[in-house]
Amino acid sequence: MKKLIFILVFLAGPAFAVLPSEVLDDPVLEARARALSQELKCVVCQGENIDESNAGIAHDLRILVRERLTDGASDQDVLDFIVSRYGEYVLMRPTFKGGNIALYLAGPVMLLLGFILAFVYLRTRTSGQIASGVELSDDENQRLQEILKE
Amino acid sequence: MSMNSGMYIELGHFALILAFAVAIVQAIIPLIGAHKRWPGWMAIAGPAANVQFVLTAAAFAALTYAFVMSDFSLKVVYANSHTDKPMLYKVAGVWGNHEGSMLLWVLILSLFGVMAAWFGGNLPATLKARVLAVQSSISVAFLGFILFTSNPFLRLETPPFNGLGLNPLLQDPGLAFHPPFLYLGYVGLSMSFSFAIAALIEGRVDAAWARWVRPWTLAAWIFLTIGIGLGSWWAYYELGWGGFWFWDSVENASFMPWLISAALLHSAIVVEKRESLKSWTILLSILAFGFSLSGAFIVRSGILTSVHAFATDPERGMYILFILAFFTGGSLILFAVRSHALEAKGIFSLASREAALVLNNILLAVAAFVVFFGTVWPLIAEIAFERKLSVGAPWFNMAFTPFMIALAIALPIGAILPWKRAKLKRAIKSMSGIFALALALAVLAWVMQTGHTAFGPVGIFLGSWIVFGAIYDFWMRTGRGAVSVRLSRAFRLPRADWGKVVAHGGLGITMIGISCLMAWQQEDIRVAQLNQPFTVGDYEVTLLEVHRERGPNYITTIGEMNVTKNGKLEAHLFPEKRIYPVQGMPTTEAAIDNGMFRDLYLVIGDEQNNGGWAVRTYIKPFASWIWAGALLMAIGGILSLTDRRYRVAAGARKSTSAIVAPAE
Repeated sequence: MKKLIFILVFLAGPAFAVLPSEVLDDPVLEARARALSQELKCVVCQGENIDESNAGIAHDLRILVRERLTDGASDQDVLDFIVSRYGEYVLMRPTFKGGNIALYLAGPVMLLLGFILAFVYLRTRTSGQIASGVELSDDENQRLQEILKE
Repeated sequence: MSMNSGMYIELGHFALILAFAVAIVQAIIPLIGAHKRWPGWMAIAGPAANVQFVLTAAAFAALTYAFVMSDFSLKVVYANSHTDKPMLYKVAGVWGNHEGSMLLWVLILSLFGVMAAWFGGNLPATLKARVLAVQSSISVAFLGFILFTSNPFLRLETPPFNGLGLNPLLQDPGLAFHPPFLYLGYVGLSMSFSFAIAALIEGRVDAAWARWVRPWTLAAWIFLTIGIGLGSWWAYYELGWGGFWFWDSVENASFMPWLISAALLHSAIVVEKRESLKSWTILLSILAFGFSLSGAFIVRSGILTSVHAFATDPERGMYILFILAFFTGGSLILFAVRSHALEAKGIFSLASREAALVLNNILLAVAAFVVFFGTVWPLIAEIAFERKLSVGAPWFNMAFTPFMIALAIALPIGAILPWKRAKLKRAIKSMSGIFALALALAVLAWVMQTGHTAFGPVGIFLGSWIVFGAIYDFWMRTGRGAVSVRLSRAFRLPRADWGKVVAHGGLGITMIGISCLMAWQQEDIRVAQLNQPFTVGDYEVTLLEVHRERGPNYITTIGEMNVTKNGKLEAHLFPEKRIYPVQGMPTTEAAIDNGMFRDLYLVIGDEQNNGGWAVRTYIKPFASWIWAGALLMAIGGILSLTDRRYRVAAGARKSTSAIVAPAE
């Protein structure tokens, strides 16, 4: 039943994202509007940006973005304006502020950590230490050879 | 309804409960047996795995029969099926819902278990017993999950006349088979997990172990590749604007295990050939399955909002979170305690195939963690800073792409380095021709393009660098001599070598497809009047006629369109817009003319009040290369899987008992 409600609420309506009537005459402004639309989340949808979404609110937001751009606002102005109305939830790309810095740094830090660990490990590998561990018995070694022999 | 007609449902339910009981026995007895070296107790594992599989299959068959017969006395059938539905989707409806998809999950789990019992004849007895026991403990967890929170065999007291139907978006052949492939992949990784845990308990990992584990990982990776490819292809043609990847949390849930299993495939090669990277390989096996379980958790709990979340239920979420914590946490603790027992043997220098594979592993594993971090970040931000925010495609593209670029640059060189000790300079020098060729193609693309994006040329450079690098590597393996001699030698090379060139080449082709499509796609949105041609890029498009038709369970609006180039007909296409009255839901059926170098992609929308129809036209350069590459990767995996060395490993036990070993 939940699924049905979900479908009725979110997916019904015209099966079309950007409508011909929305498209601006100025191709440069339109291109900017399209790029901005991809940075903005459709608030009632799940994981869709307003450029892809068929929901009414996405339509309204697309119109809003275009109105602002026609009024001469910069890309950042438009994003700021929409965030002031709907909260940072609408941004597809989180801001580089506060706790979000951790999100941005996670990848580079882990990569660095990976390299350091690998380097330390590789040095032990190149220095020729052979560790003992559990040795195979002769019988096992023989079978291993048979298996590995192509 | 007579007593008799619904009997099979109760039998199926009963079989499922019995399977649960058998799984508990299989999870405990062989483990004790292996510890105490009691052969009888260990030997229970094999037959138990068979019984468990047969019982689970019986339960699954009962549910499938209920869907096929539209037995609306079952709650899941009522909620997810309809008598008007075509037979294919009645069957696909079995796993198109939460309960049924979990039953498919345990069916595949027990299938992998029983295959290990069938083909694991040459495994040491204790290892085999432990592998099957660990595998069965996963079965216990998921059978319990089904029986206690998601039972598909619940009945309705008064069966309704008809069902609610299946989401029309899911009524598509591409999507009907996408979940089973993904599940085969997710669950396939349970096999390498079970082998890893068993090895930790045994305290021993050797080349033979890696040779047993690798086919399972390879199979899981192949299924994941096909599953992800099918899902993305479906999104491309069904959602109506030709997007192929959205960084949706459910997509990420399948992509993370794919990345980790790709890393695992490569590190297992090092264990197999060089007896190094043992504990790392074990850790990857645990992580790969851990990511599979997190994927299940993300999908099933609906904790992260997503277009795919069809089961939003906290109780189920908690149960899966518990399973995830138990298996991942428990195995990581076991790893911390036991991994010191796995000492490496091989020595190698910083410039060697081993070191190159370590780099491959770092890049793939960190890339997987970046995806993971981005996927769960909204949750972390909400809990830790009380911020409601989203992480979407722009962030993922920015954070993930650098890893793939680094991987693409390093891959062809790493792939030709010899084991143990290599001369890096020499390797790079030998590849300079390939480098120049790839660069020339990129420059050509740069000059020919109309815009000034670097994305396309860079993608073309990296992709062709990989493709030509893979071919060069393969060609060098054929040794010296005349071309004809080398060609005949190529066909005698091990299948694993063929797998390597095909899979790596596939990766390069996918990269070319993605970057060309993203850089040079052309789009046109307009109101088209009948028989009035309009221009999109180099093409002329005409809407000839529009009419309505009735399908089996939908009403459709079909447009007839012509696309010409320089006056020559390129394509005659019929885009559709369907409405499914049962759900009151529209879907777009884009008309696509697939080409080698471009797809023409047409979508028809609503009729306009003042005449004409809304029409979208896309020209998508190199789009089919994305899926052609994915297909090649899967084929490469299959070639590698059929390498006779794995069959030799499987047959090794027999040859020890045979008096005369057959000569090859």
